[in-house]
Amino acid sequence: MSTELAAPPAGYTGYIEEDHHHDYGGDVVFGFWIYILSDCILFATLFAVFAVLGGNFAGAPEAVELFELDYVLAETALLLLSSFTFGMAMLEANKKNMKGVFTWLGATFALGAGFLVMEVNEFIHFTHEGAAAWSSGAWSAFYGLIGTHGLHVFAGMIWMIVLWVHLWRDGLTEGNHVRLMCLSLFWHFLDIIWICVFSVVYLMGVL
Amino acid sequence: MASNHTVVTEPHFLFGKLTFDSIPYHDPILVTTFSVVVIGSIGLLGAITYFGKWKYLWDNWFTSVDHKKIGIMYILTALIMLIRGFSDALLMRSQQAIALANESGAGYLPPEHYDQIFTAHGVIMIFFVAMPLIVGLMNIVVPLQIGARDVAFPFLNSLSFWLFVVGALMLNISLFLGEFAATGWLAYPPLSGIDYSPWVGVDYWLWSLQISGIGTLLTGVNFVVTILRMRAPGMSLMKMPVFTWTSLCANVLIVAAFPILTVTITLLTLDRYMGTHFFTGDMGGNQMMYVNLIWAWGHPEVYILILPAFGVFSEVTATFSRKRLFGYSSLVWATAAIMLLSFVVWLHHFFTMGAGASVNAFFGIATMIISIPTGVKLFNWLFTMYKGRVEYTSPMWWTVAFFITFTIGGMTGVMLAIPAANYVLHNSLFLVAHFHNVIIGGALFGYFAGITYWFPKATGFTLNETLGKWACGLWTVGFFLAFMPLYVLGFMGMTRRLNYYENPVWNMWLLVAGAGALIILCGILVQFYQIFASIRDQRHNRDMTGDPWNGRTLEWSISSPPPFYNFALLPAVRDRDHFHDMKNLGLAYKKPKQYHRIHMPKNTWAGVVISGFSLVMGMAMVWHIWWLAILGTLGMIGSFIVYTFEKQKDYYVEIDEVEAIENAHYERVAHANDKRDDNAAPVTISI
Amino acid sequence: MKKSVVKTSALLLVLASTLLLSGCNYVLFDPKGPIAEEQKSLIITSIWVMCIVVVPVIIMSIWFPIQYRSGNKKSEYRPTWEHSNLIEAVVWSIPIMIILALGTITFLTSYSLDPRKPIESKEPTMVVQVVAMDWKWLFIYPEYEIATVNEFAMPVDVPVEFLVTSDTVMNSFFVPHLGTQIYAMSGMENRVHLMASEEGAYKGFSANYSGFGFSGMKFSALAKTKDGFEDWVNEVKNSPEVLDDENLAKLRKKSRDVPPAYFSYVNPLLFSTIIENYTGALNGE
Repeated sequence: MSTELAAPPAGYTGYIEEDHHHDYGGDVVFGFWIYILSDCILFATLFAVFAVLGGNFAGAPEAVELFELDYVLAETALLLLSSFTFGMAMLEANKKNMKGVFTWLGATFALGAGFLVMEVNEFIHFTHEGAAAWSSGAWSAFYGLIGTHGLHVFAGMIWMIVLWVHLWRDGLTEGNHVRLMCLSLFWHFLDIIWICVFSVVYLMGVL
Repeated sequence: MASNHTVVTEPHFLFGKLTFDSIPYHDPILVTTFSVVVIGSIGLLGAITYFGKWKYLWDNWFTSVDHKKIGIMYILTALIMLIRGFSDALLMRSQQAIALANESGAGYLPPEHYDQIFTAHGVIMIFFVAMPLIVGLMNIVVPLQIGARDVAFPFLNSLSFWLFVVGALMLNISLFLGEFAATGWLAYPPLSGIDYSPWVGVDYWLWSLQISGIGTLLTGVNFVVTILRMRAPGMSLMKMPVFTWTSLCANVLIVAAFPILTVTITLLTLDRYMGTHFFTGDMGGNQMMYVNLIWAWGHPEVYILILPAFGVFSEVTATFSRKRLFGYSSLVWATAAIMLLSFVVWLHHFFTMGAGASVNAFFGIATMIISIPTGVKLFNWLFTMYKGRVEYTSPMWWTVAFFITFTIGGMTGVMLAIPAANYVLHNSLFLVAHFHNVIIGGALFGYFAGITYWFPKATGFTLNETLGKWACGLWTVGFFLAFMPLYVLGFMGMTRRLNYYENPVWNMWLLVAGAGALIILCGILVQFYQIFASIRDQRHNRDMTGDPWNGRTLEWSISSPPPFYNFALLPAVRDRDHFHDMKNLGLAYKKPKQYHRIHMPKNTWAGVVISGFSLVMGMAMVWHIWWLAILGTLGMIGSFIVYTFEKQKDYYVEIDEVEAIENAHYERVAHANDKRDDNAAPVTISI
Repeated sequence: MKKSVVKTSALLLVLASTLLLSGCNYVLFDPKGPIAEEQKSLIITSIWVMCIVVVPVIIMSIWFPIQYRSGNKKSEYRPTWEHSNLIEAVVWSIPIMIILALGTITFLTSYSLDPRKPIESKEPTMVVQVVAMDWKWLFIYPEYEIATVNEFAMPVDVPVEFLVTSDTVMNSFFVPHLGTQIYAMSGMENRVHLMASEEGAYKGFSANYSGFGFSGMKFSALAKTKDGFEDWVNEVKNSPEVLDDENLAKLRKKSRDVPPAYFSYVNPLLFSTIIENYTGALNGE
């Protein structure tokens, strides 16, 4: 079968004659989505590692002995709440209310910091109890997965500080709004990952 | 080789594990190489200083975010690394050619040295030759093929490139400072664990791959966004040129597969640095998990390498058969099918690990299914030539050489995919022959075809055709001589990575293989001479019209080399072969009525500086110099943050400038048209 | 000039045929047991089946570019022809049919040649335990309570189950004349069933790179008659050395190109002790 192209419409030159506007902000957000997808695969790999090694305690204390669900629930609450406060910050940003953005971002930062402090505290506690990252395959997988999530939260908080300065210097410009949108995506994404962590690691760990 | 450093002492707080003994000054081979490299570098750096070119290099190349320049730098780096990787190949071939022995220690390379060489060869050829060649080609071609002015994230592109350079640099530093891994290119634990590889070799492997791998991941994100969001108006997905399609699939694979590599390498790093038990043989670690993970990345990686090469063959075959590509949608669907299937076949790399019959059967059959779309692609290219007017340019030589070579490689691949046959073929030289057959005869020939094909587009002049055909001939003959004997040796039960052996019959075949490697060497030398001669004679082979091959796709519609903004006006696409369509309609080379200001990104220091800090961090981690590692990390994060605070990352090119550049191009075209003889296709101009 | 070409090509032909025909060197085509026998025919069958598509493709890749070269103005030229349902149907269906055939073979042989599947025989299966060490192989005969290094024997026509583990990094236990290799990994027991159908001394080695001594990690697989095997066992039993803790510690040290050694006694539980060293059951507390 041969392909013969129809004659082009009248006035067709092969060019777009008028000035073409490109949506760069849209590129950034879309690109950030692609990055999030790759991060999903990163976490999926760590979950797979945890699934393989999760039972290999090799003589170290077992998860059931150490996990305190109440404590983890408090951690979870902090992180979930921080997602809510970030959502509020975004609403304020859409209203162009700088003061509201600063307030709610501040709250998000504080909640994130609280979560991290609790997590580090838990790590120290477990390590004292003889369940360190080097104690057994299962604990390596535990610290590997949760540590990576924690590191992401930490990175998100540094980002938040940087964004604060950006907002303080330039206000809610289009560029800063895109940055805020990306960070918000990132933060909610970490929340979703944590819910998986909570269910797979902690809930299934104590069952 | 200072590989006998089995004594693990507490690292010094200032210098970590680094001591004077880390420099292999007692090895004559390395000292000679080192002297040559040092003298060469001093000469090069001295020349740059003498001619006052530092500012030029910094302003025009190092800080450039222009995808075309980044692409050229990728390919140049790859060619330099090819010299290193091929030297390793020659060392291996010569060692095996004389390593017939009755007792240990035959040949001239002891295992402590030889084992580093085959590891480095694999790592270099895959990560620092094949990857940059294809990423470089994509950089040069993809934005031009889709009618874009740059990639979506030009700064990230520069960062990707420099991170890759850091990885390559670290690998080369390992030659003269410490050691490289002697574990095989994928560094299976427990051998790559701290107990069995206590010194710095595996750490060099880890950090150079980690740093360059993150660069590759960023490239993946960048190109997916570029291709999906920056196509010229009218170019629907099914109107994209096939090279862009295959690049899209390859970059989707990068985004999906490289995080697995990142995790795997990180976990092995933790095992080595913190004593965790992810992959250790004891304490609940699981070495089989490493093998699974590394191949869950590794198999898609193979397709990241080969899919764009398939794209090159599609473009080259259609152009030089002077015909529309046969079965375009078939090709696109086949590419997409390969992309998806490449994630469900990883286990065929270790059928002999002892999985059950059902698991092995599943992965074996899944692997075979991939050969269906691959076979279809071959037929499509063949039927593109059918009823065409095939012109034997050198890209077409590489393509025809590929058809034959790759078919054999595909056949042996299917043999390896049958688990029960794999039980005796695995880890043998048959396997080595197979993957060289598909990587050289498939991917590499494709890159060479692509480089020859798009060279005039990137530089403004064509490569010497005669030398190109010589190179192709030498490579092809050399390839068959070097690797067909390895198939035979595989049937003779010779396993891979042997330092010495006792069977005199093997020796004969290994001598033949060695001779083949020498012929390939001639091919490489001809290629370097080809580049030199073409630069020398560029006045005679300048591409004045921007369309030296009578091409069909968008990139040929603009000047060679393209202006930094690529397209003065964005094309309005109505056909896959847009430029061919324009030529048919008599619309090509028509000057538009008016131009507009063009929005372009500014060059930036950030890519170089951030990567520079990553080099500090990587080297410090390798040598356990913790304070420096912290400094390097802070430097990376800090310089990135500083970059985000820069205002004015972009600017507008004014209409006058655009007009001047474009007019110069149209004048060149007119001039070229005057000089054409009557047989050539007329170029219509209207100014 | 012409003569020398003829001479050279004749010489090359002679050289090539001597190389190709040096028969018994093609270990994979010279099977000495039923598993290797089936693998040989499997490899050959697969090559033939694939030739159905490989040969036409190679012919076409030579014929088309010659026939449709730009200089040949006599051949048909259809620059806009780009699709044909018939051709598409053929180029999709032929590979699919071949893969269907090969897939069926793959499926069947994955089960029939499964390394874990016992070989059917009137004789009871003998067990040999194999341990990869740096860089040598330890063979344990739990029934006879003997052990050897870098040499083992098996009676002809008696199926043998090899239980394979590693006391070091990953290795692969492989005797090409007998067929199927299997990975040796610490903390794990892999198994492969093999049988010799002909007497002989076959070469075995590690097929997975395991460090600096890897090239010398070879052993002999002796296939003997029943009497010959009994003699061999007795010879091992007469060895002055036993595999006690001291000798085991010696074996665990890295050593290259180790000559065969016999141990007249070994604790038949040694194999499982070696595995448990890694599994962690003994690591905790």
